[in-house]
Amino acid sequence: MVEDKDIILKATNISKQYRLGLVGTGTISHDLNRWWSRIRGKEDPYLKVGESNDRSTKGKSEYVWALQDINFEVKRGEVLGIIGKNGAGKSTLLKILSKVTGPTTGEIKTRGRIASLLEVGTGFHGEMTGRENVFLNGAILGMTKKEIASKIDEIIEFSGCQRYIDTPVKRYSSGMTVRLAFAVAAFLEPEILVIDEVLAVGDAEFQKKAIGKMQDISQGQGRTVIFVSHNMAVIKSLCTRCIVLEHGCINYVGNQDAAVNYYLTSEISKSNIDLEKREDRNGNQNIKFTNVRFYNKNKLEATEIISGEYLKIKFDIKKKKEIDYSKLIVAISVLDRDLNIALSYISDEMGFNFEELENSNYFELEIPNLYLRAGDYSLRLFSSYIDTQQSNFLDVVENVSNLTILQGDIWKSGKLNRAGSSMILPGNFNIS
Amino acid sequence: MNTKRASQDWLYTISPKRKLIDLNFKEIWRYRDLLFLFVKRDIITVYKQTILGPLWFFIQPLFTSIIFTLIFNKLAAIPTGEGVPAFLFNLAGITSWNYFSTCLTGTSNTFKANQGVFGKVYFPRVITPLSVVFSNLLKFGIQLLVLVVFYIYYVFFTDEAENAAPQTVILLLPFLILFMGLFGLGLGMILSSLTTKYRDLTFLVSFGVQLLMYGSAVMYPLSYFKTRLPEYSWIVEYNPMTTIIELFRYMTLGVGNFSFYNFLYAGVISIILFLLGLIIFNKTEKSFIDTV
Repeated sequence: MVEDKDIILKATNISKQYRLGLVGTGTISHDLNRWWSRIRGKEDPYLKVGESNDRSTKGKSEYVWALQDINFEVKRGEVLGIIGKNGAGKSTLLKILSKVTGPTTGEIKTRGRIASLLEVGTGFHGEMTGRENVFLNGAILGMTKKEIASKIDEIIEFSGCQRYIDTPVKRYSSGMTVRLAFAVAAFLEPEILVIDEVLAVGDAEFQKKAIGKMQDISQGQGRTVIFVSHNMAVIKSLCTRCIVLEHGCINYVGNQDAAVNYYLTSEISKSNIDLEKREDRNGNQNIKFTNVRFYNKNKLEATEIISGEYLKIKFDIKKKKEIDYSKLIVAISVLDRDLNIALSYISDEMGFNFEELENSNYFELEIPNLYLRAGDYSLRLFSSYIDTQQSNFLDVVENVSNLTILQGDIWKSGKLNRAGSSMILPGNFNIS
Repeated sequence: MNTKRASQDWLYTISPKRKLIDLNFKEIWRYRDLLFLFVKRDIITVYKQTILGPLWFFIQPLFTSIIFTLIFNKLAAIPTGEGVPAFLFNLAGITSWNYFSTCLTGTSNTFKANQGVFGKVYFPRVITPLSVVFSNLLKFGIQLLVLVVFYIYYVFFTDEAENAAPQTVILLLPFLILFMGLFGLGLGMILSSLTTKYRDLTFLVSFGVQLLMYGSAVMYPLSYFKTRLPEYSWIVEYNPMTTIIELFRYMTLGVGNFSFYNFLYAGVISIILFLLGLIIFNKTEKSFIDTV
């Protein structure tokens, strides 16, 4: 019982159903159907149908469960992270928490006021000055005029827009708008703060400031925060506990490091599936990556390469339609565990022409010295036609084949390089 | 003991269950500053970067009245009553009609127009249509001043307005204005809720309001309509807006006649429509973001 008191928010059996396709057509008939079953005292006929939400496979039903049977508790002062792929249901869950939309089933009980920040600058009006917008935006987020007035100087200072504060917001650069908007949100003081991926805005300096402020809110002021991000480093440093969502269900709950590990390994384990059969890809697939193999300095196939040594990657492709291969652009990126790009090789900037691919079903990428520290990496394969506009994508696949790099001695110093995710570039210390 | 009570003491619950009326007046009161700021935003942003600025508040009813006077009174020779200038008659009609119609059209697209904000942050949604009604009330106040100014002009500088005079029942004017607002708000809330699902209604609103104006005795007195087109007069007569406009003209200019029965009729219809609107709006509020 004593422990119960610490729980500030409790979600039980939360589910959310959406209707896919052309919303609006046939609604009257479905509405009538619902109403007819309701007056006969029967269950809503459309609640029984629906499938779990997998973006990449096309389902049979036009109803889909964006969230299914979500249960969790949040303790006072906890920073709960929510991670998952695009379309896993993170934003839907935040929307329900912030009362923007109601759940289809289940309930959420809370002991504190929830303020949500799903977007920065909601309700900003271009014709009004920065100062007027601070008041309006603050009020939309649930602050009273008095609260805002008492904090306005701090807000303006935090935003760094002092000079423009009495200028209409439409004259602001987009970065300035975002700074001002985040500054308002940063001074919200609810018991529970719900934040969608909004820290990924602004320049590097401001991001650092924003993350610092977040840390201050959660640790310094002991506020409860529920937080979505794709940035694993931020999740690891801010959160105290983490939920991993997949296809609308909770797959894992635990401390942040374990959860991030779980998420990344489950993502990486997908890379073991036959590349050709993977459905979670973009582009028109006029050419399609079907297999990726690594070769070490002895020309043998390998999944582990020693730091600093030779690596050759061989890409098998399948052609659906002949294209002008001289206009093909391929980009191969090596990503670290936190999904940051460590290296990338982009064919057009390297001046490589794929013309001869016409007579071949594979191509190779040779890296004479793989100057990466030891760790687990994955590949992102990208190919497009003429330029890198979305409409020209041929085949784009994330998380392909995990590559393990073992510790090596790049500096020939007799000592192994430390592990990590950074690159090592030639260089030396001097005292002259 | 204490902890036990605390553990059951949830502040609030988010659930799919919908009560018929789920209005949280305490919450709306907590957001009163937002209401105020929305009104301020509506007022100051409408005519930003225009040369005439707030003068547009005057220009629109004035010119409409001039045109109405030319077309309906000079050309079509609709009588407006002995000793009452047609221009004043029209201005009174348009001022009151405008308040109702701006409330109706302003609130009828609440959900669609605020989709972006509603999809991202929660606040009591009723605040938005309420803010429309309040900002229009301010505009109505300004236009009422115009009516007063022209009334004074006609009384002191011409002899056309010998029979036009405010009546003592003008003391009931605040209630009449309340009815106008509630009527527009109620109808607007119903329409805005329905348009989230059935978009066809948006087209209906834009020309429906225009049609309704012709059926609401704005540019003619009800009595004249009754003598000329008795077979259709029930449409105009039972239209609550006719009653409101006729009452408004009686209170301010003494045209037509007054009955408490009419006053009550307008009041009851407005309040019923408002409550109905509130219920429907409340039901829509929770799920609209998925259907809009």
